[in-house]
Amino acid sequence: MSESMRIHHHFEIRWGMVIDIDKCTGCGACVVACQAENNIPPNPDPFDRMRDPHWLIVYKLSNHKKFPEHDTAYLPRPCMQCGNPSCASVCPVIATTKDEEGGIVSQIYPRCIGCRYCMAACPYHSRVFNWFDPVWPEGMDKTLTPFVSTRPRGVVEKCTFCHHRWQIAKEEARKRGENPMHLDEQAYIPACAEVCPTGAIHFGDLHNPEHIVHKLARSPYAFRILENLGTEPQVYYLSRRDWVRKQGDNHFRQEEKKNS
Amino acid sequence: MPDTQFIPEGVRRCPFSQFLIWIGFLGLILLWGLIAAALIWYKGLWVTGLDNYFGFGLWIVFDLAVIALGAGAFFTGFLTYILRIDQLKNIINLAVVIGFLCYSGAMIILALDIGQPLRAWFGYWHPNVHSMLTEVIFCITCYLIILSIEFVPLILENRQLKKISLLDHLAHNFHIYMPLFAGVGTFLSFFHQGSLGGMYGVLFGRPFVFRDGFFIWPWTFFLFILSAIASGPVFTMLIAALIEKITGRKLVDFRVKALMGKISGFLLCIYLFFKILDTWAWATGTLPKMGFSFDEMFNRHYGQGLLWAELGLCGLLPALMLIIPKVRNTPGLLYSAAILTCIGVIINRFVFTVQALAIPVMPFDQWALYIPTWTEWATSLMVVAYSALVISLAYRYLPLFPQEKALQKP
Repeated sequence: MSESMRIHHHFEIRWGMVIDIDKCTGCGACVVACQAENNIPPNPDPFDRMRDPHWLIVYKLSNHKKFPEHDTAYLPRPCMQCGNPSCASVCPVIATTKDEEGGIVSQIYPRCIGCRYCMAACPYHSRVFNWFDPVWPEGMDKTLTPFVSTRPRGVVEKCTFCHHRWQIAKEEARKRGENPMHLDEQAYIPACAEVCPTGAIHFGDLHNPEHIVHKLARSPYAFRILENLGTEPQVYYLSRRDWVRKQGDNHFRQEEKKNS
Repeated sequence: MPDTQFIPEGVRRCPFSQFLIWIGFLGLILLWGLIAAALIWYKGLWVTGLDNYFGFGLWIVFDLAVIALGAGAFFTGFLTYILRIDQLKNIINLAVVIGFLCYSGAMIILALDIGQPLRAWFGYWHPNVHSMLTEVIFCITCYLIILSIEFVPLILENRQLKKISLLDHLAHNFHIYMPLFAGVGTFLSFFHQGSLGGMYGVLFGRPFVFRDGFFIWPWTFFLFILSAIASGPVFTMLIAALIEKITGRKLVDFRVKALMGKISGFLLCIYLFFKILDTWAWATGTLPKMGFSFDEMFNRHYGQGLLWAELGLCGLLPALMLIIPKVRNTPGLLYSAAILTCIGVIINRFVFTVQALAIPVMPFDQWALYIPTWTEWATSLMVVAYSALVISLAYRYLPLFPQEKALQKP
């Protein structure tokens, strides 16, 4: 990618996630928690996976070997909150930006015109379009999170690292007279990380040495998906299995060199 | 005929009843499209074949294709009014009408395609100067205004409207300033044709379309301009030939058509030279750098056949046919080459839109398949019917072809 296409922002805080794939059982609790927390309506056609409204989905990885070498892994995929997002620069109406402290890629629903250019730009399929009018079964509307706006049909939406929780955490810190820019690790955690029964999802400030993600992201077993493309995701994955790490990116050139 | 006094003097048109049957047939297609459009607006875009993998589909292919093929308007205008190739005055009216229809048709489709059509004006209110799509929104809306201005004097040439002195003078003045509008149209058109290509070239998350380039413009920016100006003139010429076939009358001198073919042929050669270079650089440089191989870009649904058809059968072959005088001066071969050229551009816009999104980028992801639904086909055909309707009305009531009278003389 030419340098002119890169957008670099330097933030004091860089919220990031480190997901330990070896700990993930693929239970889907993170998906459910995300749906409940972020007012994601039920899919009217649950069999229509291509129009799934979920912000976080779990991919099943396979080493494509036969028993007894066969192995599988589960990879939860939220929005990567890329350091150099492919989606933000293409949006014609500045409905998605990477300009707020913390480095979370925003999505401004009342401004989105639903052109879906950002979806075409994102190689992670992190963005979903609201294909249907959001309808909750009777009574379920009472469970809606009051801090998250519901979205109309016809706009694009995506994971925000439960941004509203950060707002609340900052407010709480201010009330306690603490620095909202230096939050404790437990003060702000997205719903998926909070609910994960195996503790596979870690969350925190990648710049803050007091946060575990700072250390985990530097592990020799850490990798990011599609690093070759230059998107610089703020979501890291951990796995001690070589084949899993290898599936994090496309390696044509490396394989070519190996063969030669 | 009840509408005789509206028909240009000295030309013959089919009986009014026959014309009404034709309009009725187009009306049925329009109605079918309108039902589909109403369904889409009422129920939402889930009634289409689009999904979270294919945010773009038939409609965007249709838009890109008609905008490329409609480039005949600005480029013929540029050649006629700026470069003063006088022979092209015999086809410029039709080129303007086709351009107007292509751009207004694209707008209709976009009003269906975007999820929040009532927010379409946000492109002006909250413009993102870094987005190629913003530039496209600016330029196609401005250029549609230019095309409307270019269309107005032709409408004012109607036999009855011409009798009104004010309108007659207005039409005359419009004609005087036409080179200015042609110049502005050329500027706007060059940029948005390029930006449509740039829209894809900047997608660094999509290995099939991502390209390096010059400064902020990826190579696709220039390739889209070249392919549009190469195919636009032959498309205009083909429509002229189609109208001749339907009406059974000679409307444009064959020499003008052959000239359009010649212009397209030379531009197609230039385009293909760069396109082949670009494809080579992409396959051997860009793709491996991104971690992909050439073979990974194709599967059984979106095969290499499309690429070879675009470059060979619908690229090099028509280019050769159009630059060889003997071939392009043979009507059947000229039209065949023109059809192949147009198909080549449509394939190009299709693969850039659909194949690009079908390819799995994450190694653990899978190929996706896009199949448009009837609603997408019906609305696209609605725009075709709308275009046929306007051309039919323009042909019947306006002096669309300046040579028509002369060509009817034995």
